Amino acid sequence: MFKYLVTRIGQLVAVLFIVSMLVFFMTSVVGDPLQLLVRQNASNEERQAAMEYLGLDKPLYVQYGKFIVSTLSGDFGKSYMYHTSALRLIAERFPATMEIVIVAMLLSGFIAIPLGVYAGAYPKRMLSKTVMTLSVTGISLPSFWVGMVLIFVFGLHFSVLPVSGRGQVGSLLGIQTSFATLDGWKHLLLPSITLALSNMATILRLTRAGMRETMKQDFIKFARAKGVRNRKVLFGHALKNTLIPVVTVFGLQLGTLIAFTTITETIFAWPGMGKLLIDAINAGDRPIISAYIIFVAFMFVFLNFIVDLLYTLIDPRIDLS
Amino acid sequence: MLIVLLVALFGPCFTVQNPYNLSAISLSDAYKPPFWVEGGELPFVLGTDQQGRDILSAIVYGSRVSLVIGFLGVIFAGGIGVALGLIAGYFGGKTDALIMRLADVQLSFPTMLIALLLMSFFEQGVSNILIALAVVGWVRYARTVRGEVLVVKKKEYVEATKVIGLPNRQTLVKHVLPNVLTSIIVLSTIQIGNFILTEATLSFLGLGVPITRPSLGMLCSNGFKVLYSGLWWVSIFPGLYIMLIVFGINLLGDFLRDEFNPRLK
Repeated sequence: MFKYLVTRIGQLVAVLFIVSMLVFFMTSVVGDPLQLLVRQNASNEERQAAMEYLGLDKPLYVQYGKFIVSTLSGDFGKSYMYHTSALRLIAERFPATMEIVIVAMLLSGFIAIPLGVYAGAYPKRMLSKTVMTLSVTGISLPSFWVGMVLIFVFGLHFSVLPVSGRGQVGSLLGIQTSFATLDGWKHLLLPSITLALSNMATILRLTRAGMRETMKQDFIKFARAKGVRNRKVLFGHALKNTLIPVVTVFGLQLGTLIAFTTITETIFAWPGMGKLLIDAINAGDRPIISAYIIFVAFMFVFLNFIVDLLYTLIDPRIDLS
Repeated sequence: MLIVLLVALFGPCFTVQNPYNLSAISLSDAYKPPFWVEGGELPFVLGTDQQGRDILSAIVYGSRVSLVIGFLGVIFAGGIGVALGLIAGYFGGKTDALIMRLADVQLSFPTMLIALLLMSFFEQGVSNILIALAVVGWVRYARTVRGEVLVVKKKEYVEATKVIGLPNRQTLVKHVLPNVLTSIIVLSTIQIGNFILTEATLSFLGLGVPITRPSLGMLCSNGFKVLYSGLWWVSIFPGLYIMLIVFGINLLGDFLRDEFNPRLK
């Protein structure tokens, strides 16, 4: 176990190192941050002063050295737009993003897995076929379009749900969150559904594929012969044995969801990390972009690690080291 | 699927106007709803947008951009991925390890995120989109092809080419490649759909094609700006068409996969 942890941390460092290099060189080569700082008809001296302020006058390797040192101490530099620490900006927006991600994950978990189990166990039934057709539709839908349709139907046509912003936040366990207020929940609903839809389709299809294979195995017949109740056979015996790929993809999907929040947050004007990223990209705000990328890279390595740990919980036969 | 292709190829002959030709567009036609809604008029079957552009014509032209990007993206990503997969699988050893570790790192990030970040550094434009798609798309090809090559290279006919002293390149292209082609075709079908969706999403975020040649995603983005004024048809129809295209491609992909999969027979 200890050896395994060490290799994993080694991998983390390697990945972060590669990502940091890429981020640094791409941000240095492309885009012109000076545009943001100086007036349009600035004199050369003013430009020079701005270059020095940002440290852009030094050679690239010196800049990279400084970048690494400050990154290691958790300082990604000040945002050009907001003039505060880039990391703090991301940390401030992080809870808002996690709210819609968590609700979306719960929605897909509790809806997609049971439906997948059903469709996999009884592939010939009418309901299963309907579910499968819907799932192909689900993976073919552009998520921004789903968001727009939801806005139009629920927000504009029926005017039952708010379509923009985060609404009231209340304090829950010391964190400012929308979970604490009814208004917050109302605002959460549409973005989360938008986010959950394609995710649900993927998880459903995967669960179904796994279930179809498992249901043919001997231990299922044996359980049935023993007279185990149907629900217990499906969810206790069969699902448990198809869970490994589902959990893997669930972990990966969590990452995908975080990527797709950029779109959802743009549509619903949700003040999360994704919106921050898009605004930063449009404004050429490098510190935010690099902080975001490194933050996300870190999160992914961490997520993959958690997923690996979950394997051992689901199937005790798996030995990580 | 066939219909979608036909529309893209020959559709422009039948549309009421060329949406890029500014002189054909009249501002007085702006904000017309679809013809079955009150206030709609017939030449504009699906209504018009804020500049008086016919939505149906825009969709036909937009679908050409989207399809071209989907196909070219698959050709580029497939080309790179297949080549690397062949090399990794055939030669093995350090080359294999290097290519596959690179693939592993990339696979742990969602493709959408990578494409998004790449496009944030590039300028808008069709060629940059294609670069981004190739960068995110090669991994799946490389992994699939490598896996198959590992099996194929143990077969006698490949060993035989070594015995008769054929150069590696010839063995790879003439004897290994044809035997892994089926999975490449199946994967490509699914990837075209994925790429069209990725491109649409990027364009929607304003990181995709330039506004002068709108793809379907761009049309949605354009329509989203007027959605709050109740002009739903400007954005809903292009999105619906994307769904139709990708739905068709996915069904075809599913069919091909089942057809070529010996384990399901």
